[in-house]
Amino acid sequence: MKDNNERRVVSVIVVNEASVLSRITDLFSGRGYNITSLTVAPIPESKYSRLTIVTSGSVRVIEQITKQLHKLIPVLRVYEHADLVEKEMALVKFPITENISDISAICNAYNGKIVNVGHDVIITMVTDESKRVDHYLEAIKKYNPKEIARSGAVALER
Amino acid sequence: MQISGAQMVIESLIAEGVETVFGYPGGAIMNVYDEIYKQDKFQHILTRHEQAAVHAAEGYSKVSGKVGVSMITSGPGFTNAVTGLADAYMDSIPLVVISGQVPMSLIGTDAFQEIDAVGISRSCTKHNYLVTDAKDLPRILKEAFYIARTGRPGPVHVDIPKDVTAQIAEFNYDIELNLETYKPHVKGNPRQIKKAMEAIANAKRPLFYLGGGIINANAAYEVRDLVHTTGIPAVETFMARGTLSCDDKLLVGMLGMHGSYAANMAMSETDLVIALGARFDDRVTGKLSEFAKNAGVIHVDIDPASISKLVNANYPIVGDIKNVVTEMLKLVSMVESENYEPWRETIENFAELHPLTFHEDTPNIKPQWVIKRVGELLGDNANISTDVGQHQMWTAQFYPFTRPRQFISSGGLGTMGFGFPAAMGVKAAVPEKISVNFTGDGSILMNCQELMTAVEKKLPVINIILNNNFLGMVRQWQTLFYNKRHSETDLSVQPDFVKLAEAFGGIGYRVTTKKEFDAALKDAIEKNIVAFIEVKVERFENVMPMVPSGGSLFNMMLLEKKESE
Ligand SMILES: Cc1ncc(C[n+]2csc(CCOP(=O)(O)OP(=O)(O)O)c2C)c(N)n1
Ligand SMILES: [Mg+2]
Repeated sequence: MKDNNERRVVSVIVVNEASVLSRITDLFSGRGYNITSLTVAPIPESKYSRLTIVTSGSVRVIEQITKQLHKLIPVLRVYEHADLVEKEMALVKFPITENISDISAICNAYNGKIVNVGHDVIITMVTDESKRVDHYLEAIKKYNPKEIARSGAVALER
Repeated sequence: MQISGAQMVIESLIAEGVETVFGYPGGAIMNVYDEIYKQDKFQHILTRHEQAAVHAAEGYSKVSGKVGVSMITSGPGFTNAVTGLADAYMDSIPLVVISGQVPMSLIGTDAFQEIDAVGISRSCTKHNYLVTDAKDLPRILKEAFYIARTGRPGPVHVDIPKDVTAQIAEFNYDIELNLETYKPHVKGNPRQIKKAMEAIANAKRPLFYLGGGIINANAAYEVRDLVHTTGIPAVETFMARGTLSCDDKLLVGMLGMHGSYAANMAMSETDLVIALGARFDDRVTGKLSEFAKNAGVIHVDIDPASISKLVNANYPIVGDIKNVVTEMLKLVSMVESENYEPWRETIENFAELHPLTFHEDTPNIKPQWVIKRVGELLGDNANISTDVGQHQMWTAQFYPFTRPRQFISSGGLGTMGFGFPAAMGVKAAVPEKISVNFTGDGSILMNCQELMTAVEKKLPVINIILNNNFLGMVRQWQTLFYNKRHSETDLSVQPDFVKLAEAFGGIGYRVTTKKEFDAALKDAIEKNIVAFIEVKVERFENVMPMVPSGGSLFNMMLLEKKESE
């Protein structure tokens, strides 16, 4: 079943209750599925939360992931996206001694900006598709980033 | 009504119609046991180990179709019960298992007998709960029973901290459950059902592949109708034994690793697999890429995740088997039974070529003979449990099952130590039938302490120990695949099984001849107390036929033919 591993985004609407996140992550680890990233936050004015899971696997594995998620009692809905808007955020810390105008220009190209300037460091934020965030992180490598924090993807079906 | 959490547990069990609870007390669950003491609506059976309490509840549930209930304390009480939960999960047995937990104020402090019980049971239950407020208890227990018995059944674990069982709150069990996120499919899609029936009508060599889901769904008699009206041959999985009666002409036999030649060949030659409540387990399919290679697949199952998990289904039907089969029966006039006559003849030839049998060619009793003999003597009159090993496979092969829920065995997890406590649960549920447990000299020592429970509660289970002085099934693999290096499987050093039974107040027999066996069985039934009948059997007998692990179903190791044949 290790044929053509495809990257997939799965969103899961779950009842917002104790240990629901462990149920989901246990399912992935117990059945040997990958989690590339996972984000979770409550859906306003409801008793539900939305999880966005980036995973990979063959068509059959992805189908099993969807079905097994659905089997969990607190899961309301599972969307295995084909057509979606997907965004991810990355915060990056640079030494203040780097070329700030270059960094700023690159950020701009990826829908980002400088969000904090401190004594020794600046922090940038970009929000874009995960692939583009990858490219951004590649592009800023030569400016000696000190720390990087990625959010994991969030997504909505169109 | 304002009552304590502990009283709520009792009231809920009564409201669910629970008649028997299997359990073992301890600190964290004592408030509930105090209320058990004060009531007389259900009986509590004190097993002598928590694992046995859960297996007994499984046996009770499997034979009766009701939800089995078991109660245990926190920490080691709970961890002892985990094997039972896992066993019930693998075999889709509806249970509600209630455990005590340390008080809420101590959770997370490594308190005495604290363990993260819901963390442990999460991966081996259908669902679980940690109750944090007594006011939630009636809803949670009602949900637990509902979730356990509906959809694909399974065990539900409810962990209750000690202070919650002491807390007073409002109790009302007469509530509507509102489980927005849990709505099992019951009705199959009518268009899919019609397409499936068309596929059956067009097939030349269709084959029913009957699984344990049929028994869980109480659909065996509808399935019998469907098999008979279509005239399509059927193979059963280990878990489905008893769906068709052993004398049914259309029953080809059990398939899989120790299935019959005819059943495995039929599966290899069919052009349309009609899977009902079966899950294409690796012990059934052998090498997947060669399994029913040229066949289309109709797959009916209550669990969507079972469909196309391992084998792609051309006609997936999600629904309750009873419901779907009833709908299929309405369309049965589409199918011409005569069309399958050549196929039925092909299968008959397979069966004649290599019938399921054994040779009585040694002075020692053959284990298979014992099982056949019990079948001749008790037949339909007995419910049959087993432990795990060679004796289990021989029971599935040679006992003449005639009805669903007659055969109780640990299929998915393969738990040694399951048989005896399960047989007690069976006896507690159906006292009018004889409860027989076929076991091995290895397995019986895992949970032999249950002799005490069986004596105390008058549960006269007849344990037939097929003693080969080996962990026989492992020994068989060592003989066949490890060049006879019998590593740590020789059980030459053994207890005196007769004295062991007697030490607890049961009765023991040691038999070496067929005549002695008949006499012992008769005597045990008459004495009506828990019995060990130790039968000295041929040590090196192998379970045949056999599909080596990972091999193709049509590549079986077969019983060697005798010269005279
Ligand atoms: C709890 C547990 N431990 C180990 C095994 C592995 N195992 C499967 S069959 C078997 C041998 C069982 O021996 P016995 O009960 O004497 O039955 P026999 O095969 O000899 O009939 C073993 C050790 C198991 N299934 N369950
Ligand atoms: Mg043995």
